[in-house]
Amino acid sequence: MNESIQTFLQLMLSGMSIGGVYAMVALGFVLIYKATGVFNFAQGELMMVGAYFSFYLITQYHLHFFQAFLLALIISAFLGIVVEFLILKPMVGEPIFSVVMITVGLAVMLKGTVSLVWGHDVHQFPSPFISSPLSLGGVTIFRSSFWTIVATFALVVIFILFFRVSKVGIAMRAVANDQRAAQIIGISIRKIFSISWAIAAVVATIGGFFFVNIFFVTPDISYIGMKAFPAAVLGGMDSVPGAIIGGLIIGIIENLAGGYLDKLLGGGIKEISSFVVLILILMIKPYGLFGKEEITRV
Amino acid sequence: MLKITNIEIVYNDVILAVRGISLEVPQGGIVALLGSNGAGKSTTLKAISGVLDSEEGEIVDGKIEFKGVLLNRKNSKEIVRLGIIQVPEGRRIFDELTVDENLWVGAYHRLDSKKVKEDYQRVMDYFPILRERHGQLAGYLSGGEQQMLVIGRGIMGKPELLMLDEPSLGLAPLIVEEIFQIIQKVNHEERTSILLVEQNANIALQIASYGYIMENGKVVLDGPSQKLAANEDVKEFYLGLTDVGSRKSYRDVKHYKRRKRWLS
Ligand SMILES: Nc1ncnc2c1ncn2[C@@H]1O[C@H](COP(=O)(O)OP(=O)(O)OP(=O)(O)O)[C@@H](O)[C@H]1O
Ligand SMILES: [Mg+2]
Repeated sequence: MNESIQTFLQLMLSGMSIGGVYAMVALGFVLIYKATGVFNFAQGELMMVGAYFSFYLITQYHLHFFQAFLLALIISAFLGIVVEFLILKPMVGEPIFSVVMITVGLAVMLKGTVSLVWGHDVHQFPSPFISSPLSLGGVTIFRSSFWTIVATFALVVIFILFFRVSKVGIAMRAVANDQRAAQIIGISIRKIFSISWAIAAVVATIGGFFFVNIFFVTPDISYIGMKAFPAAVLGGMDSVPGAIIGGLIIGIIENLAGGYLDKLLGGGIKEISSFVVLILILMIKPYGLFGKEEITRV
Repeated sequence: MLKITNIEIVYNDVILAVRGISLEVPQGGIVALLGSNGAGKSTTLKAISGVLDSEEGEIVDGKIEFKGVLLNRKNSKEIVRLGIIQVPEGRRIFDELTVDENLWVGAYHRLDSKKVKEDYQRVMDYFPILRERHGQLAGYLSGGEQQMLVIGRGIMGKPELLMLDEPSLGLAPLIVEEIFQIIQKVNHEERTSILLVEQNANIALQIASYGYIMENGKVVLDGPSQKLAANEDVKEFYLGLTDVGSRKSYRDVKHYKRRKRWLS
């Protein structure tokens, strides 16, 4: 295979795997935003906390990684519900801006608590994946990255089914569509809010689990939230497929920019590239790639 | 079945929207609640459904009872489970959901999934046009189809009492006719009691057995439908059958005069 094509594919693939993590965190943003109208600035922190849950269940309690993973998901779902109940519920009826500020506070709190309880050290995650990379027709990829991509696509399918077929999924869309009408047919808005937070925390934890497999365990991984943010906006803020595709695009662009431009222009391009792309796309499509199509007929 | 006694409803702690009304819906009956804009009809329905709090409204006095159960402090979810379903005004379908999804979500609180499937077929038989459009986004339906869809969504909730808020609003007479026939059919076939809010007194009194007329938050007149339809004032102000030719506001008539006439 031509070497430059090979490099390109290599960059694409590793971009997709990090993009998959962005996608999962972005998905959490979108779920909460769609259902409750709140922009949750603590999404990256939820991911980080979820990663710590998995890490400590494996290293301290010597659980099999799969058990640890499942248990971490359950704990984070519970955390999502508790956060919604203790912090967001009392804020119902307050201006949305104040509620968003509360999530900023929540981010600080979560990160502070993790640093306090588990310290600031950087740990290697005991990865369940074999360290020898996979070779896919001339392009190599780490198994952890490969499974991150697989998990991302699996999540897309799961969420599409969830929102199209399941009773709760359809009710969540109904609440996002028209809260009053949903309330009048007997849907408990409170319950839907708390389910949204639970799911957002769960997908963040899945993202966190895969991210620490390709990176390290440290409280600072919550910065991924800042990358997931452009991903969510790029996807249109209220679109589930949009969040996933937005995440993948941001991941790929970052990696390509890092691979090609950093060498020419010095470091840093990788970090800002996603925001540059975001601004360009928003100039053309102000509501993002998959922003809500307004139905004009009444 | 539904019994309202002297309720008073206040918005934002100051606006008195409903000032002590009483009404009753008998088991299996169709009762019309009539009145012009701002009379307090929707407010009354919202109170029954338990959704006032999301609009800063509150029942400050009186009682709402359903089959002997006091509803005043119950939330919308509990009230739906007791069998009271409201079809809100303005055709509030979920426009981003398909026709089918709109119907299924109407049965959200139900656990008898086999019966839900039967009810789905029943709704499709009542409104065959919805069967044709079942996979489409509800936002693209015509006004009449959307009205059929909200009513269908209401039926999916398995109501014992179905409350319809101005189902005729903004629809062509033929469609209104069709919809009202279905409402009557639902009442006959399911023994569903119906509380029908309307500005179109003419058509409402045709299917209702009893009617209440509201103004400024009060019931100013009530009686069996034929009697109401024959009443001179009702004829003049709600049925548009005025000798003068132009439609006056009911408020133009001096209050004491109206009172006197109704009492006679
Ligand atoms: N959310 C609210 N906050 C404050 N006032 C309200 C609210 N909703 C209704 N009102 C007031 O309460 C009164 C009754 O309104 P309501 O909507 O019940 O009237 P209606 O009889 O349904 O009229 P229409 O036929 O126009 O729908 C009106 O004066 C209205 O301005
Ligand atoms: Mg009204």
